[in-house]
Amino acid sequence: MKLSQQSLLDLADQVLATAKKQGATSASVGVNYGNGLSVDVRKGAVETLEYNRDQGLGLTVYFGQKKGHASTADLTEQAIKDTVDAACRIARYTAEDEFSGLADAELMATEFADLDLYHPWDINAEQAIELAIECEAAGLAYSNKIDNSEGSGVTTYKGVSVAANSHGFVGVSRGSQHGLSASFIAKENDAMQRDHWYSSHRVADKLEAAATIGEKAAKRAVERLNPRKIETTKSPILLSPNIAKTLISSYISAVSGSALYHKATFLLDSLGTPVFPEFMRIHETPFLLQGSGSASFDGEGVTLKNKDLVTEGIVQTYLLGSYSARKLGLKSTANAGGTFNLNVESTGENFTELLAKMGTGLFVTELIGSSVSIMTGDYSRGASGFWVENGEIQFPVEEVTIAGNLKRLFKGIVAIGNDIDTRGNTRMGSMLIDEMTIAGK
Amino acid sequence: MTDPLRDAQATILDPAGLSINDFDAVFAKLNSSTIDLADIYFQVSRKESWALEDQIVKSGNYSISQGFGVRAVSGEQTGFAYSDEINLNALLESVTAARAISKSGTSHSVNIPSWKPQPNKHQLYTGTNPLNSIDEEAKIALLHFADKAARKHSTYVTQVIPSLSASYENILIVNNEGSLVADIRPMIHMGMSVIVEKEGERETANYSAGGRYDLNWLTEEKIEGYAHEAVRLALLKLNAKPSPAGEMDVVLGNGWPGVLLHEAVGHGLESDFNRKGTSVFSDRIGEKVASAGVTVVDDGAMQDRRGSLNVDDEGTPTQCTTLIDDGILVGYMHDKLNARLMNTVSTGNGRRQSYSHLPMPRMTNTYMRAGDHDPEEIIASMDKGLYAVNFGGGQVDITSGQFVFSSSEAYMVEKGKILYPVKGATLIGNGPQVMQQITMIGNDLALDPGIGVCGKAGQSVPVGVGQPTIKITNLTVGGTGS
Repeated sequence: MKLSQQSLLDLADQVLATAKKQGATSASVGVNYGNGLSVDVRKGAVETLEYNRDQGLGLTVYFGQKKGHASTADLTEQAIKDTVDAACRIARYTAEDEFSGLADAELMATEFADLDLYHPWDINAEQAIELAIECEAAGLAYSNKIDNSEGSGVTTYKGVSVAANSHGFVGVSRGSQHGLSASFIAKENDAMQRDHWYSSHRVADKLEAAATIGEKAAKRAVERLNPRKIETTKSPILLSPNIAKTLISSYISAVSGSALYHKATFLLDSLGTPVFPEFMRIHETPFLLQGSGSASFDGEGVTLKNKDLVTEGIVQTYLLGSYSARKLGLKSTANAGGTFNLNVESTGENFTELLAKMGTGLFVTELIGSSVSIMTGDYSRGASGFWVENGEIQFPVEEVTIAGNLKRLFKGIVAIGNDIDTRGNTRMGSMLIDEMTIAGK
Repeated sequence: MTDPLRDAQATILDPAGLSINDFDAVFAKLNSSTIDLADIYFQVSRKESWALEDQIVKSGNYSISQGFGVRAVSGEQTGFAYSDEINLNALLESVTAARAISKSGTSHSVNIPSWKPQPNKHQLYTGTNPLNSIDEEAKIALLHFADKAARKHSTYVTQVIPSLSASYENILIVNNEGSLVADIRPMIHMGMSVIVEKEGERETANYSAGGRYDLNWLTEEKIEGYAHEAVRLALLKLNAKPSPAGEMDVVLGNGWPGVLLHEAVGHGLESDFNRKGTSVFSDRIGEKVASAGVTVVDDGAMQDRRGSLNVDDEGTPTQCTTLIDDGILVGYMHDKLNARLMNTVSTGNGRRQSYSHLPMPRMTNTYMRAGDHDPEEIIASMDKGLYAVNFGGGQVDITSGQFVFSSSEAYMVEKGKILYPVKGATLIGNGPQVMQQITMIGNDLALDPGIGVCGKAGQSVPVGVGQPTIKITNLTVGGTGS
């Protein structure tokens, strides 16, 4: 089947009609199609050349308050029929749940602004290979300590998806996403260290320059050479922006509907209470042009708007889809399927100023492993980074863990830098925290 | 007994209107003098899952996934294309895309192999489709039974979320040497998630189990055991003190704590990293990389295990491969591509998440062989340290060797006595160093209950791990206590 936006719309329509014919009182469907190219080069030659083509259909049906779900990657007539049958069959066995059902009809998005998300990259395999080779070459040339390459890659993807439900809601999203990355191994005294860098954007022209990515990746690997393990201690911690984002994502999990109605979060009953210091503001901007998390409607078709999640350190809203909202006796916050561009406001310091503000402590650039309990807030993860004294980086550190409780850590945030990382759904700078336990020697 | 090849014909080729003779045209385009290896991986899979919450069946899912991936390898280079539709046109289109990797134009010597169906060397699991092995009412009855068993076990239980999933896959692998290999792969998984509340404090814990069985394997007796275990773990956390921080002796329990091996040495012994020289274990065959007495194997040919396969995803029969023998590094885990480039043969470790992913060397069931100490003797030998019995997940940086994993059940031990439970303990170390710090090995080898999922380069595959009780001296424990 050759897929077009129109054929996706037709398919969505047809599936909703078939579900209705089988007795479903309401239903929602999502259909998507996309294709892309990815190349990886290593040591100046192509290693893999991959053509991606993905398609899928997911259907949720309700028989009154009974729900069934089925999905398929095979869009032949028979598979679609089997999928509708399976969703309806499952709904016969699930129980009446008074909270289940589509989001309320009056919440459906009716306006669809052009968010400028669709910019296919006109690049063929040879050009992509050439670009990846340029990126890798810049890193290999950066230092004679760069001993080996894990390769450099170019990816490009474009796709369209249609969401529709029996309220008559139909939404179309078209988008593109492109990436350029490199990873190197630095070696000294018989020990190796690896690091990487990447850039991603909806518009190919806005990716960082290939040579810059290669050099950054190489520089990061070289800087990690000859790490030390430090003594077990308590100290301030500075988290680089990509690491700081993981703490924000723990916050998001802790105020999301399913954690709240399961009473499985340390931020239960936190609405309207201070969780962060007074300077903290987190807001959601779904209509950011070319934003990687931009959208007009959430996963249930509910219209999106700009909103504050946290102001003056106080929780302004939970993050709810219609199911969790009904469970909690609240209204959907249009967060079915997550958040749509988060911004954590900076307190104004640049990175150097943050180092100075920290004085002595650990600057963390990588975390490994994951022991974070959203239930209790207990937090303990493996960390690598740099030891800082008097605001100056001293030496690389590895094989330590950083630990604390998120409730305390959130309150202990001292500053958010202006070195904002714009990649991905959360935009923020480095984060300085007053104290964590470091386990080392 | 079901015949995987006949099944593959019926579920994959027949519905697409394909016959084995059609591969002549496909491989005529794929085979050329510059292509070292070419294969097509067909997969048809069905998956179903059910979950109970608030004592009602809240959700059920059914998913259909099918397609094929075409791979053409020339030297170190791989061309790959896949399709969700299985038919001759899609095959021919994908072949053209995949073979673009090979720079030469049309080949002069087109070599069409003669097709040789290969019966499997071993049949390690049932051919029964678990989705149909019991009816919907029976599946739901199991979930209700699990819920009741957990609630009956303790009055502090406030929420129980039991879940059940089953999948069934038909696989067909055709390659440029003319071999046709098929497999039928069932998998089931039962998960228990509980929340307990006592005096305003809440905790949560999970327990799950599974393997390549049909659903009749899940007896009420087993399910009751899982429910009790989940509740016990949650209650234990309520009473636990914060984990200490710093270096200390650590005893790891048997079974799932084998995730240590998976992280500390397993990934570092996958041959892609070693061919490229990016692993901390590169070029170290024949060297001592672990304490004497440490023998580690990867065995994809165990009966019914979650990490087992009759054949890997390149059609190679699985086997038991010794990686470390009495402390000496003796072997890596290979797929075909890396084996060929390293002048050896595949060990049956070429695995992929699905038809839309490329195969690479992956673990199957990785475990340490038993030693001769009683577990009690090992704990008794500790002056002060941590006894870690259960774990969440882990992660490794194979280049530096740094690995980490987090405990979900651990106790402080002093003077050989278990004192009290601790929570939030994260263990961190350097793979090759920690393997040399193993000082005692138990006689109680056990495999995990069938729950492992391993992630590498964005691809997830089911795996198994195992080990006897072991003692490691001076491992760093990360927590907040003192």
